[in-house]
Amino acid sequence: MAFGNSADVMASKTDGATPIGGRDAATEAVISARNLDLTFQTNDGPIHALKDVNLDINKGEFVSFIGPSGCGKTTFLRVMADLEQPTGGTVTVNGVSPQEARRSRAYGYVFQAAGLYPWRTIGGNIRLPLEIMGISKAEQAERVARVLELVELAGFEKKFPWQLSGGMQQRASIARALSFDADILLMDEPFGALDEIVRDHLNEQLLKLWARTRKTVAFVTHSIPEAVYLSTKIVVMSPRPGRITDVIDSPLPHDRPLEIRETPEFLEVAHRVREGLRAGHADV
Amino acid sequence: MRQSFVPVLTVLTFLVVLWYAAAVWLNAPWAHDRATRSGEVLTTQTLIADTWSQDKPKLPAPHQVATEIWQTTVEKNITSKRSLVYHAWVTLSATLLGFVLGTGLGVLLAIGIVYNRVMDMSVMPWVIASQTIPILAIAPMIIVVLNAVGVSGLLPKAMISMYLSFFPVVVGMVKGLRSPDAMQLDQMRTWHASAAQSFWKLRLPASMPYLFTSLKIGMAASLVGAIVGELPTGAVAGLGARLLAGSYYGQTIQIWSALLVAAALAAALVGIIGIVQRVTLKRMGMS
Ligand SMILES: Nc1ncnc2c1ncn2[C@@H]1O[C@H](COP(=O)(O)OP(=O)(O)O)[C@@H](O)[C@H]1O
Ligand SMILES: [Mg+2]
Repeated sequence: MAFGNSADVMASKTDGATPIGGRDAATEAVISARNLDLTFQTNDGPIHALKDVNLDINKGEFVSFIGPSGCGKTTFLRVMADLEQPTGGTVTVNGVSPQEARRSRAYGYVFQAAGLYPWRTIGGNIRLPLEIMGISKAEQAERVARVLELVELAGFEKKFPWQLSGGMQQRASIARALSFDADILLMDEPFGALDEIVRDHLNEQLLKLWARTRKTVAFVTHSIPEAVYLSTKIVVMSPRPGRITDVIDSPLPHDRPLEIRETPEFLEVAHRVREGLRAGHADV
Repeated sequence: MRQSFVPVLTVLTFLVVLWYAAAVWLNAPWAHDRATRSGEVLTTQTLIADTWSQDKPKLPAPHQVATEIWQTTVEKNITSKRSLVYHAWVTLSATLLGFVLGTGLGVLLAIGIVYNRVMDMSVMPWVIASQTIPILAIAPMIIVVLNAVGVSGLLPKAMISMYLSFFPVVVGMVKGLRSPDAMQLDQMRTWHASAAQSFWKLRLPASMPYLFTSLKIGMAASLVGAIVGELPTGAVAGLGARLLAGSYYGQTIQIWSALLVAAALAAALVGIIGIVQRVTLKRMGMS
């Protein structure tokens, strides 16, 4: 498939959403959804979780998905990860099906709960996917040390999860997702359960980490400031049926101190996200 | 540990006092009978002394049982047929063999139930049904049938132990192997882990706390099974045989000695599993 530069953003309903920011000349879709549909058959009848979703995520982008709960953010992410099968349309990840991408360990997935094994140390938890992937002992040790340093947890390798705070546990789970060097990071409300101060700190760290590793990130959140602060692209979704209502390219610079959240540019983007969310609600 | 020492000692003292009182109460009629026959007059003191020192009392006094245990353990050669250590060993060996077999069977069945839909639907009702049959009713049949096909000695008793001890292991391990949540299983999927890897790295370690709880119950059940298995063997050897022989000849002191040794054995076995549990779970960071 060939994607033209102008086709890299395709919202199902753009609502006059022309991208604000400039974008790189050489873009390359890493994740691409076309006419994606997913209906869950439940005992209470079908639930239309995703309807006619079109989206391209380019290499190195940080894309946030925001919307009220039940709008299909998690489902969309799970489709990309081959944890859920679409009932219509197609998704490609690195140009192949999600299943092939999963088998080639193309992405790291961070769940809302850290999900560290209590019987393994932090180092042991990060080593887990590496053991499963059959990576040599020596390289395991080296990678564990590297990603621990990346999430600023060096020195905690021998600790057990219960000895760490919630924020540190979540950082360890991010380190685990980074350990096998997948180019894509899928994150489902990773900081949703943490308090605001810890969250600010982790957001700042995550941006630094993204700048250093140049991963492509798909990040689910329901916090507007978080979405605006982190993203190069914000995807606004709305429920019943779950769909994309707006795609916003952020005009903010790559280098973002926490204070950027008080600038007019930031507030303008936040305003537009809020408008998008409200519009999504209005047509229910 | 140290805090529980005083209360435990208090309860123990209370029980011993109660036991002595009960011995007086239960053995007094016999003492009175004998006194009447021989024309003796019993003072309270001689009555009490008599009730605590009869040959075949209804309820032997603690010191009588203690003396019997001392004489049949420490003072007897352990190869002697009259040594309680010998009998305890006979029972213990069947208990341990049955426990190992039962644990193995229980774990295998649990793996089958967790991984195989057909087994999930069909095995559990049979497992539960197996435990509703009174063990006393089928133990003699198992012994007799196995004897008929030439299997005797340790194995038939171990089979009964296994029959009783596999049940808690199946129930506990099914629960334990199923304890990882949907997220943890999804996580394994994102790493493209094989079924074997999910088992060894997630399900099995997650089931450890459940396994140890089951093992403790299984061990106690296994000991009961071995003792029950000794009852129909014609009272050759083992704690069960001592119980049976004791009741044939009205040797209540012997019965109570065997009972106490069995109880001590059970406590020791369960205690050992408890220690292994503590060490293992501690090393796994799970306690
Ligand atoms: N496995 C499932 N079976 C049935 N319905 C589901 C399942 N997963 C999600 N849903 C439904 O699909 C809709 C979208 O869910 P989800 O993607 O989790 O939303 P979000 O993450 O945006 O809060 C919800 O109505 C939810 O109840
Ligand atoms: Mg969700």
